[in-house]
Amino acid sequence: MRSPLSPEMATQEVPLNETLAHLKTESETLKLKLEEERAKLHDVELHQVAEKVEGLGQFVMKTRRTLKGHGNKVLCMDWCKDKRRIVSSSQDGKVIVWDAFTTNKEHAVTMPCTWVMACAYAPSGCAVACGGLDNKCSVYPLSLDKNENLAAKKKSVAMHTNYLSACSFTNSDMQILTSSGDGTCALWDVESGQLLQSFHGHAADVLCLDLAPSETGNTFVSGGCDKKANVWDMRSGQCIQSFETHESDINSVRYYPSGDAFASGSDDATCRLYDLRADREVAIYSKESIIFGVSSVDFSLSGRLLFGGYNDYTINVWDVLKGTRVSILFGHENRVSTLRVSPDGTAFCTGSWDHTLRIWA
Amino acid sequence: MTSNSSLSNMRRLVEQLKLEASVERIKISQAAAELQQYCLQNASKDALLVGVPTGSNPFREPRSCKEIKRIFDLLQRKKTWT
Repeated sequence: MRSPLSPEMATQEVPLNETLAHLKTESETLKLKLEEERAKLHDVELHQVAEKVEGLGQFVMKTRRTLKGHGNKVLCMDWCKDKRRIVSSSQDGKVIVWDAFTTNKEHAVTMPCTWVMACAYAPSGCAVACGGLDNKCSVYPLSLDKNENLAAKKKSVAMHTNYLSACSFTNSDMQILTSSGDGTCALWDVESGQLLQSFHGHAADVLCLDLAPSETGNTFVSGGCDKKANVWDMRSGQCIQSFETHESDINSVRYYPSGDAFASGSDDATCRLYDLRADREVAIYSKESIIFGVSSVDFSLSGRLLFGGYNDYTINVWDVLKGTRVSILFGHENRVSTLRVSPDGTAFCTGSWDHTLRIWA
Repeated sequence: MTSNSSLSNMRRLVEQLKLEASVERIKISQAAAELQQYCLQNASKDALLVGVPTGSNPFREPRSCKEIKRIFDLLQRKKTWT
């Protein structure tokens, strides 16, 4: 039977299909090669190297402060560089700035949307950024005058085409990095609202991001619903490394304090450690008894401890080197949704769906 | 049109994989040793790991003590005026 296509069209179609199939084979070969190269350097496990290190003793960590005031689930929090102030955001649209020492509320803003999933403190301590279902990231300068209406000074900076999942100022008040349910991350100029760089590569919602410690240079890591953690070059917009070992959404990523590695927390109930110079996963923090997802992770100052906030209301504390759990903390009455260690490492703060925040030390 | 976009997507994927394959890597033994070294070097400064002398962690000082102290101070001052 003769092909319905005219001879010219027939010759155009065939090379296209060949090229596609050709590229597919090439990509499969490259993926295999990548795995091989990574496997060649897998000469030992992290916990084996750490066998000679002294084990950690008993930990006495308890709730030292409880911050009450949110009317609904706390979704996100961030510390101010002054090590005492905290900004938190919740499902009911409220963003609150607290003095964690005294538990007093210093500022409160009501956002025009619910589910404020992201909030961040500016390095200067003079502003906060937040956003969520409004698909935007807005910056509010913090006034010393308690009576001043913060909402009036609001500045819209970022615009995505889906929800804002995370935001972070870079090392100045002038730029903000955002991640979104639209599958992208973006870098914005705060003053002009201009998009400086966008980061494409995730195949689904991006849920979290973390900037590399300033000494390490201009990179950041993001995690998403595609189970991937990507490391990006902020200047070029290029994805420089990608890790796909989790079995479900990655809810949280955090750099190791030296900048040479990062940890991730996922709905697959595990936390994992990826070393950037070995270019692979080097540890998994899991237990058969832990079956609920991890919402947030952070390291202690030296990187020896990894704190994970879980959907089963607990906090598990892991020995990063040995791979074992050193403590389990109870207190919240619903999911732990956010967790950050203070800038000087003296305490960590958790936020929960039980409407409260707790400071642990 | 869809075959064109899937073609450019595949091209981008291949380029990305080539870039990732070209990354310089070190052995896990070396990477692990350096992670461990960082931990040990900074352990003494890690308050959550080793604890700090009593009184120097502002969060460990209970809020109620501060309030009681403040009230005492106020009462002391009131005494000296009367």
